Amino acid sequence: MKKLLVYLKDYKKETVLAPLFKMLEASFELLIPIVVKLIVDVGIANEAPRYVGRMCVVMILLGVIGLVCSITAQYFSAKAAVGFATKLRHTLFAHMQKLSFSQMDKMGTASMITRMTSDVNQVQNGVNMVLRLFLRSPFIVFGAMAMAFTIDVGAALVFVIVIPLLSVVVFGIMLITIPLYKRVQAGLDKILGITRGNLTGVRVLRAFHKEEEEKKEFAGGNDKLTAMQMFVGRISAVMNPVTYVIVNGATIALLWIGAVKVDGGILTQGAVMALVNYMSQILVELVKLANLIITVNKAIACGNRIGNVLEIEAGLTEGTVESGEAADGKAQSDRAEEPAAIGGQIPVVEFAHVSLTYPGAGAESLTDIHFKAMKGETIGIIGGTGSGKTSLVNLIPRFYEATAGCVKVDGVPVAEYSLRALREKIGVVPQKAVLFKGTIRENLLMGREFAGRPADTAEGNTSAGKEAEDEILREALEISQSAEFVDDKPDGLETQISQGGKNLSGGQKQRLTIARALVKQPEILILDDSASALDYATDLKLRRAIHGMKKAPVVFIVSQRASSILSADTIIVLDDGEVAGMGTHEELLQNCEVYQEIYYSQYPDKRGEVTA
Amino acid sequence: MGRKTDGAESAKQRGQLATLKKVFHYIGKYWFFLIFSIVCAAVTVTLTLYIPILTGDAIDCIIAPGKVDFTIIFRILKKMGIVIGCTALSQWVMSVCNNKIAYHVVRDIRRDAFERIQILPLKYLDAHPYGEIVSRVIADVDQFSDGLIMGFTQLFTGVITILGTLFFMFRENVGITLVVVCITPVSLFVAAFIARRTYKMFKLQSETRGEQTALIDEMIGNQKVVQAFSYEDKALSRFDEINERLAKYSLNATFFSSLTNPSTRFVNSLVYTGVCVTGALSAIRGGISVGTLTCFLSYANQYTKPFNEISGVFTEFQNALACAARIFALIEEAPQPAEPEHARVLKDASGRVALSHVAFSYVPERKLIEDLNLRVESGKRVAIVGPTGCGKTTIINLLMRFYDVDAGSISVDGTDIREITRKSLRENYGMVLQETWLKAGTVRENIIMGKPDATDEEVIAAAKAAHSHSFIKRLPEGYDTVLSEDGGELSQGQKQLLCITRVMLCLPPMLILDEATSSIDTRTEIRIQKAFAKMMEGRTSFVIAHRLSTIVDADTILVMKDGHIIEQGNHKELLSQNGFYAELYNSQFVMSE
Repeated sequence: MKKLLVYLKDYKKETVLAPLFKMLEASFELLIPIVVKLIVDVGIANEAPRYVGRMCVVMILLGVIGLVCSITAQYFSAKAAVGFATKLRHTLFAHMQKLSFSQMDKMGTASMITRMTSDVNQVQNGVNMVLRLFLRSPFIVFGAMAMAFTIDVGAALVFVIVIPLLSVVVFGIMLITIPLYKRVQAGLDKILGITRGNLTGVRVLRAFHKEEEEKKEFAGGNDKLTAMQMFVGRISAVMNPVTYVIVNGATIALLWIGAVKVDGGILTQGAVMALVNYMSQILVELVKLANLIITVNKAIACGNRIGNVLEIEAGLTEGTVESGEAADGKAQSDRAEEPAAIGGQIPVVEFAHVSLTYPGAGAESLTDIHFKAMKGETIGIIGGTGSGKTSLVNLIPRFYEATAGCVKVDGVPVAEYSLRALREKIGVVPQKAVLFKGTIRENLLMGREFAGRPADTAEGNTSAGKEAEDEILREALEISQSAEFVDDKPDGLETQISQGGKNLSGGQKQRLTIARALVKQPEILILDDSASALDYATDLKLRRAIHGMKKAPVVFIVSQRASSILSADTIIVLDDGEVAGMGTHEELLQNCEVYQEIYYSQYPDKRGEVTA
Repeated sequence: MGRKTDGAESAKQRGQLATLKKVFHYIGKYWFFLIFSIVCAAVTVTLTLYIPILTGDAIDCIIAPGKVDFTIIFRILKKMGIVIGCTALSQWVMSVCNNKIAYHVVRDIRRDAFERIQILPLKYLDAHPYGEIVSRVIADVDQFSDGLIMGFTQLFTGVITILGTLFFMFRENVGITLVVVCITPVSLFVAAFIARRTYKMFKLQSETRGEQTALIDEMIGNQKVVQAFSYEDKALSRFDEINERLAKYSLNATFFSSLTNPSTRFVNSLVYTGVCVTGALSAIRGGISVGTLTCFLSYANQYTKPFNEISGVFTEFQNALACAARIFALIEEAPQPAEPEHARVLKDASGRVALSHVAFSYVPERKLIEDLNLRVESGKRVAIVGPTGCGKTTIINLLMRFYDVDAGSISVDGTDIREITRKSLRENYGMVLQETWLKAGTVRENIIMGKPDATDEEVIAAAKAAHSHSFIKRLPEGYDTVLSEDGGELSQGQKQLLCITRVMLCLPPMLILDEATSSIDTRTEIRIQKAFAKMMEGRTSFVIAHRLSTIVDADTILVMKDGHIIEQGNHKELLSQNGFYAELYNSQFVMSE
């Protein structure tokens, strides 16, 4: 939480002025009982209505000054808190953009979103409240005591006893109940879990007629929660009566001491009134302080969660190699001694004994992967769930870092590229077809900016740039087999896609994500099970179109369907993270057991043909 | 038009009244505590209000040196002590009573809601997202108890405080009271004014927040795509644009709404000053004593407080009533039709299943199944194939009686399933669904779900038969490994095997299997297939088929499309028909060249 406070740096003035003005307001509030005392002791005792009138003007003036101070303070604290939160949100968002995939996996999307939204709001609220109240309340409490001392030292001793006593009661009860409330929350989570489980498993539970047992389980958790709540409730119910007794007991003491001192001529009647007034001010502020502490506690918890996110260091250190072409030349000269080139050609993608262990995982997800992909080749990757297909292709754009071995693109290890340069070479079509809210054009242009036409200032484009752009988009749509349905839309490329692409079918979304990758005109195209929502015919047309591209990229096709990868130049068969076979379809059918198993489970009729 | 909105308004009020009645029905069970609480509240407030009077009386006895009446002061202070003690006690009892009512009403409502969920038709549960129902049972009930029950006490004590203060004040001095009564509403007016003016700012703020959350959701939720396309900078600049706007709106909303407190405090200080002037002047004229003035000053301080609280209570009330209405809507939702009194208890069914003229649809406007006829002899295997959304799962829903047919009938062993108890009907089916569901609990608990008294030997035998024994053995605690909700630690295939083991243990005469293929690797798939085959021996089984082997071997294949059975027969017959089935079947080989 402390680390977050740097975001208040730009609001130094506000953070100092806000509590200062609050204190000013409080000081004026502390003067009121003195004025009342004067009215009683001077105005009433001397029967001077004019004096009373003057004092009243003073009181109104104090009120007005207090109001002005307070409004000023509110403004400064609002400004500081809002500015703080804005900056924090910006930093947090920017930071999350830099996290590596494994860090994201660890944190989980849902919790990242919570950090960004409700946690930041809580912290903003906390900062606001602290600036407003954290100084004011103690100031009033101790100010009241100080004022009591100016009136009479003997009577002020009552304050000296009461303030610690009240503090012990208020904060003591809070200290006891806060952890208990956490347990109440845990109890609530428990019955929430039961309810959700009951709903998600409703078919199974009813099939096994478990309704009665579920009821019992729920009732058990429910009763436990109620008992816990009653217990905590009983403790916190003590707070109000006890503080009431203390403050009013102190009032009795003040009255008695006052009576003795007035009798002795040390104090006046008005002074006694003022003392009683100060006593009642203390209670109000202490209760406010207690509530404030709860808010602050929450804010600190949220702040710490945010702090934890910010403390995660960006997972990948970027290299410096900026452009592919430069890398080509430079790499060739720099690494002339490396035997990477086959027949004078550098492989576009090369895996050299690569292994991958996900952080926190016990076993390797990929073991000793070794292959080369040359210009224009198609690599098929097949294997069961969890066999490491996606892990393998994720290493190419450096979404994850190989834990052993080396992945090279154009002969340069991926870690030596800047991420942007590396990823510009690669078009990825992920398993899940994700499109963003916006027009189809905006979505397609995500990975690419055309000269003279940054995607977000649509006006500033030359017509030539626009034509070139349209041509590229058209080509991508044709290849990805999406031209037809895009043309069918009345707005064509300008059709709005709703959030999450809900207004498109699964197949349409998938084809558009393929088009989006093609617009980048990548050197490497990765299709991660991207044809699963397409029918066999479209799948085939797609593959043929990609193959026929002018600048044909290296294509990686990850699939569960044997049909999608049959014609690949090389098929890599993965089994439990290891290469179970590598070669063409015919070769694998001869010598790879895992491949046969997969193939025949999908084509049982073919079994006879080959063995025969 | 005015009348129309009036009508809507009064309907809304009637609805709220009805909700309130139901709330009272729940509270009624704790009427004793309620009465106790009300009495205590009255006592607490009265005594609290009595203290300033006593203080004033005491101050009147402390006039000047030599003019202090210690005997009376002592008497007054003793009285004060007793009053304080009583107040504290009744305050505590009141809180405890309120807690008792609040927490127990919440408990009762939750219990009723959960029990209702157990008998609600799946039609309702499927139509409502789980999250929504859960939030009704958990969050809405909480909000309701906070808002309504706490609101009640605040409202009640607030009203008594106001009335009590007025009563005491009028008794002491009419003039000063009038000053208080006249100035106080200004504070309410100011608060209302600020609230009205800031409403728009808050709306803007929450709209912008919503916009920002949507963007965060999209970008952070799909961070991997964002990074893959190097979209980070653009995402950040889009974010910043919204963030700047939010900062502006947020500053307005925060600042202007935070004016409420200082403003009302200022009005209160005006009230205080007013009391001071009129009181002091009246004291000079000998109208009231200084003690009475003290008393008035403290009244002036606390008189305005309940007003501010009450205005807050009303908005919470509305909110709480809305929550309550949602919960009651759930609790009062019509349950599944009751079983006839002499419903047959199906025992060891032979497995003859017949569907005759069955019609069914989830929404009346979209017909799904019409005039479906099917006779299955015992021990036969029925495969159901067809494209996604054709109604395959619906057949399961109807067979298990998760849904009731709209027309026609389904019978098992010649008895209409509506004449059979649900429990015994479902006991005769073993069901394995594509979406594997496991309960939070141990592996063993999950397996014995259908046969709670199974011995360890039986469990292990079933696990071996279902090919799950070997992986269960390798779990950290074997059969006693605790699985988190939905079996988080297990792979999809392992979960599927556990679900099969569950059915394998009780092996009912009829089976419903939804073959899952998409997310399971080939090795496990083969094991699952073997387990399925073993189970189906000699049992009537309905299989939603994805695998060719199932289809080829089935006694009857139902080819479904758009809710209709368009073809029916065995593999050979259907292929020779050269219809939709043949097309579907052959499409799998078209691209193999």
